[in-house]
Amino acid sequence: MLEDLFSMVKVRFNANQTDDDKKKTDIPKGLLFKCPRCRSVTLSEEFNKKGKVCPNCNYHSRLSARERLDITVDKGSFREFDRTMISKNPIDFPDYEQKQIALREKTGLKDAVITGRAKIYGKDTVIIVMDSNFMMASMGSVVGEKITRAFEYATRRKLPVIAFTASGGARMQEGIVSLMQMAKTSGAVARHNEAGQLYIAVMTDPTTGGVTASFASLGDIIIAEPKVLIGFAGRRVIEGTIKQKLPDDFQSAEFMLENGFVDMIVDRSRMRRVLSHILRMHNYTGEVPKK
Amino acid sequence: MSELSASQRLDIIRHKGRPTVNDYIPMIFDRFMEMHGDRLFGDDGAIMGGIAYFKGTPVTVIAQVKGRDLAENQKCNFGMPHPEGYRKALRLAKQAEKFHRPVICLVDTAGAFCGVDAEKRGQGEAIAKNLMEFMTLKTPIISIVLGEGGSGGALALAVCDELAMLENALYSVISPRGFASILWKDAAREREACDLMKITAKDLTRLGVCDSIIAEAPGGAHNDPQATANNISEYISKALERKLKKGLDELINERYNKFRSVGDFEEPPLSDKSR
Ligand SMILES: [Zn+2]
Repeated sequence: MLEDLFSMVKVRFNANQTDDDKKKTDIPKGLLFKCPRCRSVTLSEEFNKKGKVCPNCNYHSRLSARERLDITVDKGSFREFDRTMISKNPIDFPDYEQKQIALREKTGLKDAVITGRAKIYGKDTVIIVMDSNFMMASMGSVVGEKITRAFEYATRRKLPVIAFTASGGARMQEGIVSLMQMAKTSGAVARHNEAGQLYIAVMTDPTTGGVTASFASLGDIIIAEPKVLIGFAGRRVIEGTIKQKLPDDFQSAEFMLENGFVDMIVDRSRMRRVLSHILRMHNYTGEVPKK
Repeated sequence: MSELSASQRLDIIRHKGRPTVNDYIPMIFDRFMEMHGDRLFGDDGAIMGGIAYFKGTPVTVIAQVKGRDLAENQKCNFGMPHPEGYRKALRLAKQAEKFHRPVICLVDTAGAFCGVDAEKRGQGEAIAKNLMEFMTLKTPIISIVLGEGGSGGALALAVCDELAMLENALYSVISPRGFASILWKDAAREREACDLMKITAKDLTRLGVCDSIIAEAPGGAHNDPQATANNISEYISKALERKLKKGLDELINERYNKFRSVGDFEEPPLSDKSR
């Protein structure tokens, strides 16, 4: 059952796809959005206008870290930390360097997380945003180190932390070093917690595996976006164990809310204001949002 | 002695006669008193915990249970804990902290159980909470990997002041089988995966994760469980002596830094191009 940290997110929604569905997805990308939750098809234009939310079922689709920052923090307020950090190859995994070079080129990212300091309605916060475009935001040395440093910075400066989590789990290519990032980030959360500072985790699609089993589940307040995938083990692994298909809403944000592991589900369009109010309620001062 | 490969060690730890915590606990500790339940949901058979004497000193023992036969395996779910197992471990660790007892964790699991109920009861949250709470627990923690150290399910009992491994034990982020099935779409290539993954005690020592390697009886622990237990005892004595003389602040700072320092990255200077 060691597949636990590798939730095989990519296959998550494709498992029930029929041949007919596959044909539909052959339509040139960029014209249509096919929702992985409800399988309805919408014009991309409409989907994008809704902020990458499915107009049919309200599934909140993945955003890049840059897109997330743009809709979350005050314009011009973001100062990025550790922007040059890149991973080495701790277990000499075949072709790991080349794969990363190609991904950096393709995504414009150095690794799967962006961290920094920003303002939300004038209130200072440390912000962590994971990006599933880079190796499904798996957690290796860079993700672990940047998140740890972000929490340590917030602890020193008495600032809150807001983390938008998304991850397929640990990064297999970094072996045991990847597993240790779970302990390392959780330790940094522990110190921030002991210092009496606020940590808000916002779980986005998909939050799974070793990230669910470490800092993502340790927020003072845990928010999720509607319909996103949240879980520990991979769906296929569980289906293999119990030898039956799981219901569609298994490991959704709503499933986690019902089972008591998420405080609230918040629409993307309200997120910035909700975060601002929570910061305010914890006496982090600044401008109060209208409405 | 010629060096065994990771896949040869995999054969040794899968040997039918490989001693489990049910064999070792009576050989290493006196008057082990088992404590049950997480006080929240139930009692998990895959994690056993309690209080015992180690050479006259009371300690808390938290151990992952593997079965020696089918009946034992049904009771312990083949050594794969549910969330209530991790929560029992945390409860007993907190109890140990209150009464200033050192904690000895014996790790031996293929991983945390992957199932519907485990998800409903928050397997991820249970493991995460242990990582955070063990990191700041105000008493010494020694963890020893006896056989399989399976991923997050093992790490939940391995945030510690010192990590030791039996010489044939393997500790990995994913099972060789899982690794092979993701990388090559062929779970049958697990031996090949095993040798690629850098998961032996020696590999982990080099990677800064394992602090001590405990010798097994020649050919593997199954050849002489008592001799292997004696080696474990000797290690625990020395490790406790090292840790008990430290102040709590020093102990906890060193524990934080033990994990803080693991990572392999570089930070090239900011070039004009990347601005
Ligand atoms: Zn939809």
